[in-house]
Amino acid sequence: MITSEPLIFELSASGRTALSIPSCDVPEVPVEMLIPVEFLAQREPQLPELSEVDVVRHFTRLSTLNYGLDTGFYPLGSCTMKYNPKVNERLARLPGFTAIHPYQPESMTQGALQLMAELQEDLCELTGMDGFTLQPAAGAHGELTGMLIIRAYHQQRGDLKRTKVIVPDAAHGTNPATAAMAGYETIVVPSNERGGVDLEELKKVVNGEVAALMLTNPNTVGLFEENILEITELIHDAGGLLYYDGANTNAIMGITRPGDMGFDVVHLNLHKTFATPHGGGGPGSGPVGVKGFLEPFLPKPIVVRREDGTYGLEDNLPLSIGRVRAFYANFNVLVKAYAYIRSLGGQGLRVASENAVLNANYLMSLLKEHYFLPFDRVCKHEFVITPKNLKATGVHTLDIAKRLLDYGYHPPTIYFPMIVEEAMMIEPTETESMETLDGFAEVLIKIAEEARSETDLVKNAPHTTVVSRFDEVAAARKPNLRWRKES
Amino acid sequence: MNFVPNTDSQQEQLLARIGVKSVEELFEDIPKEIRLKRSLNIRGGMSEQELVKQITGLANKNKTVEEYSSYLGAGAYDHFIPSFVDQLLLRSEFYTAYTPYQPEISQGTLQAIYEYQTLVCELTGMDAANASMYDGASALAEAALMTCDATRREKVLVLQTVHPEYREVMKTYLPSRGVELIEIPYLEGVADLSALEAALQEDVAGVVLQNPNFFGGVEKAEEIAQMVHAKGALLVMAVNPVSLGLLKSPGECGADIVVGEGQAFGNPLNFGGPYLGFLATRDKFVRRMPGRIVGVAKDKNGKQGYVLTLQAREQHIRREKASSNICSNEALCALAFTMHLSALGKTGILELAYRNLQNAHYASREIEKIPGLNLAFSGPFFHEFVVETKAEPEIVNAWLLENKIIGGLDLARFYPELDHHLLFCVTETKCKEDIDRLVARLGEIQ
Amino acid sequence: MNPVELKYNKDHEYARVNGNIVTFGITNHAQESLGDVVFVELPDEGATVTVGKSYGTVESVKAVSDITASISGKVVEVNTLVLDAPDLLNSDPYGEGWLIKVEADDLFSLETMMTVTEYEAFVAAEEH
Repeated sequence: MITSEPLIFELSASGRTALSIPSCDVPEVPVEMLIPVEFLAQREPQLPELSEVDVVRHFTRLSTLNYGLDTGFYPLGSCTMKYNPKVNERLARLPGFTAIHPYQPESMTQGALQLMAELQEDLCELTGMDGFTLQPAAGAHGELTGMLIIRAYHQQRGDLKRTKVIVPDAAHGTNPATAAMAGYETIVVPSNERGGVDLEELKKVVNGEVAALMLTNPNTVGLFEENILEITELIHDAGGLLYYDGANTNAIMGITRPGDMGFDVVHLNLHKTFATPHGGGGPGSGPVGVKGFLEPFLPKPIVVRREDGTYGLEDNLPLSIGRVRAFYANFNVLVKAYAYIRSLGGQGLRVASENAVLNANYLMSLLKEHYFLPFDRVCKHEFVITPKNLKATGVHTLDIAKRLLDYGYHPPTIYFPMIVEEAMMIEPTETESMETLDGFAEVLIKIAEEARSETDLVKNAPHTTVVSRFDEVAAARKPNLRWRKES
Repeated sequence: MNFVPNTDSQQEQLLARIGVKSVEELFEDIPKEIRLKRSLNIRGGMSEQELVKQITGLANKNKTVEEYSSYLGAGAYDHFIPSFVDQLLLRSEFYTAYTPYQPEISQGTLQAIYEYQTLVCELTGMDAANASMYDGASALAEAALMTCDATRREKVLVLQTVHPEYREVMKTYLPSRGVELIEIPYLEGVADLSALEAALQEDVAGVVLQNPNFFGGVEKAEEIAQMVHAKGALLVMAVNPVSLGLLKSPGECGADIVVGEGQAFGNPLNFGGPYLGFLATRDKFVRRMPGRIVGVAKDKNGKQGYVLTLQAREQHIRREKASSNICSNEALCALAFTMHLSALGKTGILELAYRNLQNAHYASREIEKIPGLNLAFSGPFFHEFVVETKAEPEIVNAWLLENKIIGGLDLARFYPELDHHLLFCVTETKCKEDIDRLVARLGEIQ
Repeated sequence: MNPVELKYNKDHEYARVNGNIVTFGITNHAQESLGDVVFVELPDEGATVTVGKSYGTVESVKAVSDITASISGKVVEVNTLVLDAPDLLNSDPYGEGWLIKVEADDLFSLETMMTVTEYEAFVAAEEH
């Protein structure tokens, strides 16, 4: 088992290439006659030179230094690391989906357009919204799109004094960052002891200057916002809109819908709820749904089903916020989500959510005697624990996370949300078995024991991984962001 | 198929341990008024076998560039991807992995990104690159915002020879941050230098140039860089990575920030996505770069490895003060880019660029000979060129389609003044016979 | 622990007044909260700073903090040492870890700053 791999540049040997295309068979003209010399490279790009065997070995070996969802459990709260069905990979690779150019005539891509149109309809049904855009490439991208729609809506009505967006203190960092990108000032509203938005505090900040409230429900501590109807009514009465961060949708499919809760704009994460693979950080997809009155503002073009039954792209949307990307969507990611939805159907999606919530509550019940539970009530698809009861040992959440690596587990989400000190947010998802949950709980309980009896073992973890804890401070002080040949 | 491993009996055990009688009890805190009282009206629920049949049927409704000979480019390029790339991407340790926030078990992803960043720097002649962005268009919009951040000015100039959809994305991103966007016209298919000069006042933060531009033409990048710097502004160049096998790197031309669409390496057409935007810049702007960045680090035993670094600038920490809200990168697409480019290497990229150049120029020479068709612009170009047609573009393309050829893009779609103009792209996927066939069919149109 | 002769503000920055030249830096509490400082961004000599506006940043692995001007004026000296050795802000925030020296337009805005006793009380209250 390898513990490291040289950089690809270090494997380079002069004269090698893995390029394999036919030789030039058109009449050749010297390059300088086609492009004047002043536009040509003076210095060849110093790319590595390798044969195919070298490249394949290198990346194969690199992959062995990685832990993926197929390797083991990934209880990352808010990330919904559910199993990535292999059939989706097979279908997404059909040439009918991969070998089509976005600018081909619509008559040639009816299958793709139909897939997008049907997906839009299904997502509307799932969320209780009236229209969807599939353009955004990720959740944060969807958030920006959603906030720009809200901005356009207020501006179009001439309501220019709405310069603020309310965000709960438990929110993910993308929420305030997105609000700022959309030109808004963020107002942070605190959470109450039940883990929900503090209604009294919220009432203090809601006024005619508020454009929107951004919320996720269940919230970032995995609890359902009990006051949701009062909250949405409060904002609407003041003329504001409600934005739903769909990161936690896996808890509610077929059970409740953000549209019915009063939300006006939602985004979904296909790479979370709809099982498309995370890819080591992307590509994802963040479709955005809106209520009817906001449809005119959706990014253009939109996918439509015409009266004659054909599918197409509609560009004539004078109030649209414009484009948020080139072309139409992370289409290949949509294919996987679409396949997932068809595979499960409405009934199956509901079963998925029920089991996600069941698994989370079960795991929580196994751990509640051994860790501190800041909110001891029924959770939804995720819950938060902290090592507060182990404070005397001096062991922190980070240490526990690193010790989990030694046992072959990816740690839960740590230090988020910020409203809980030393948080560990655990989301098992529905695709994990009881045995996996039992095994994980057993290990976490063991680590709590180790924290008391073998403190240093935990504090200095990990011990069995190919690298130990990094000096991230030094890395940030003198950033080395690219390889350079030593002269 | 729903991928829930727990059997009914096991689910009973879970319920018992929790101390509830049914799953329904776990949802009691949801107000009755908003409980969905019917089942979701979403078609589906089928075996894998049925799923494959149904969705394959959908895929078969599309006509592909494998069955047709395509001459479409315009920001999405049909290149040959070596077979090993997809097979390596299917290694589940790569594609099912999460973002590498736990570096100890993510060295594969992290090292690959570090290699990707290095490749982008080498290609573009810049000092640092990020781990990729959603696509070329959004990377360009973020680069434009970087120039405002760096110069503390609020106006950006963009040439009309930049991809029209990229310009549209800039129009969506910039106004909400209070930045004014001004378009500069073209002349003879390239940037109108006197118009640019006139617009370049001391209040301009950045100028955005695409090279080769949307029409395929090579721009006078160095001259423009000098003009831009003279006014204390920054130059952002959007480039085609394949062209960098031949063209002078944006770094050598004097660009301050470089972006582009990386799809051409390792990523199929995919009907427009997922793609990947690359972004690279000079050392002095490193901390203004949005997105994830991987850097070298040493562990406590002195062993070298890789980590996500400079994270304090990112949204999950900086929150409302972050310069961008971007959370993910296009990791797997960037990995494909890295694998393909590594396989090409120094000599391969040169040869690939050369093939594209020769093919496109041969095609353009032959098309010029056809009465009723001529090259719209006289300047140098890489692998795309604009053809002016006397016959209606719809008629030209309909005829080609009948002959299993997808013709150039009708530019009236984006440039009303360029109706009767088609943008042709010829990559290494064509051989002389293919091009001769295109020319023959074009010659048959009255 | 915090020098008696300095003035302090709510953003955990301090001012050392010497005639109409004021030296600014971040307090010990600030460097403790930030953790190891990895990077400092400062304006150039000759640049203007405006009261209430950010003139630079202090970055740690955990956070990036804006540093806001407590007065308006011209930057007459920049501590280039901290650009190469940002850890000075951690080890010696009141000495070698100073950030900029400003020639003040006027000193009125400094009057709203706190004395050391007021600041230490402020910090103690914040911690609850």
